Amino acid sequence: MRRIAILGGGVGGTMVANRLARELREEIARSEVEVVLVGEEANHTYQPGFLYIAFNQAPLERFVRPQASLLVSGVRFLNVRAKKIDTASNSLQFENGDSLTYDFLVIATGSHPSMDTVTGLKEGAHSFYTAEQSIALRNALASMESGRIVIGVDVPHKCPVAVLEFTLMLDEYLRKRGKREQFEIIYTYPIGRLHSLVPVANWVEPEFERRGIQSEFFFNVDNVDPDKKIIESLEGSSYSYDLLVMVPAHRGAKVIMDSGIGDESGFVPTDRYSLRMKGSDNVFVIGDATDLPISKAGSTAHYEADTIVANLVDELHGLPADHQYDGKVYCFIEGGLDKATYIAFSYTEPPKPTAPSELLHWFKLMYNEIYWLSVRGLL
Amino acid sequence: MSQVAVDKTIDARGTYCPGPLMELIKTLKTAPLQSVIEVWSSDSGSSTDIPVWVKKAGHEFVYSIEEKGYWRIAVRKAR
Repeated sequence: MRRIAILGGGVGGTMVANRLARELREEIARSEVEVVLVGEEANHTYQPGFLYIAFNQAPLERFVRPQASLLVSGVRFLNVRAKKIDTASNSLQFENGDSLTYDFLVIATGSHPSMDTVTGLKEGAHSFYTAEQSIALRNALASMESGRIVIGVDVPHKCPVAVLEFTLMLDEYLRKRGKREQFEIIYTYPIGRLHSLVPVANWVEPEFERRGIQSEFFFNVDNVDPDKKIIESLEGSSYSYDLLVMVPAHRGAKVIMDSGIGDESGFVPTDRYSLRMKGSDNVFVIGDATDLPISKAGSTAHYEADTIVANLVDELHGLPADHQYDGKVYCFIEGGLDKATYIAFSYTEPPKPTAPSELLHWFKLMYNEIYWLSVRGLL
Repeated sequence: MSQVAVDKTIDARGTYCPGPLMELIKTLKTAPLQSVIEVWSSDSGSSTDIPVWVKKAGHEFVYSIEEKGYWRIAVRKAR
């Protein structure tokens, strides 16, 4: 029997496991193939929900489901924490002392926000990149009546449009509560425009002007003084704040670092087309876990899953496993609390702007529910 | 100019988000002092964006070389 192990139960890992189980139903029934999903979390969280939690649009419970309930028949779920990936012996070692050998491995260990990469950040800043952070931010926003809110971004980070969504939603949140006039919103960004994607930056610039949101470019956070409530950039500017909201730098998973297969930040060197780990024939990497210079986003993992599943099925069927990922990314962008737009691009197709509409906002809200079908490999 | 020893190369050709400059910023954060990072970008804007940021951030701009359809831009980490 040949075994495909998938390490990580986020978007990419769960999608790959479910799609493989569907594609290989007959081989699994004949015990010729086994699909094993290794995940350390018993629950699966839809992370885009954190944005809505921060503005009290929905409770956390709406975005959490038991991991086992999302897996189709044919996927074996091991709810354990991996300690080491040993690509030389094709095995995974777990913290409980057990181990698992594999014929093929899919690394889907994600990226993880760290408030420890900048001095004073943990003590002085809020964020919305974990459930706990979103709940704390929701409570802080609800209790504020006036002040200066400074928004900052560190790199690398997942969901690159989330900071703009947050800023626009914050403006509307304060307006709907009749207290926008009592607040100053200052948006800072690491490069020389409002967003990496030029069409998005061009779209949002007049929005910021219309809403009275101030901005500063080339602002990379250097340190935070949580007592004086001051944030300083490495380019030499600083702001005092009443509330600091940061998108912190992300790192790869600890197991990647501990296994010695990641780069300086814990991301796995990956071929941008085949999605195989560099130097390996039987290890694939998906989603945020790669070192690819593309968006760390759920949709990236979604499209990458197509390539990886097709290649694994071909490998098992003795066919040429030559499917290539084209770099496709698709992101919804909330433009406030009742309008949204989207952006799509690939290695060869540059992003093009799309006018925001109420319809797209409703489609985004609908996708928040459709996700549970998508992650089961149904869409 | 082309004799400069490059310590790490980032192939950001055909990538739009986070983009070549963000990739450079990310890489410089963990790179050793004085190391030279070369970014490959198919975005012509990178040849102007990157030197502007490098100056603001106090690093050293080494070169920008136009190749067929992309630019090779090198930066030395100075702080």
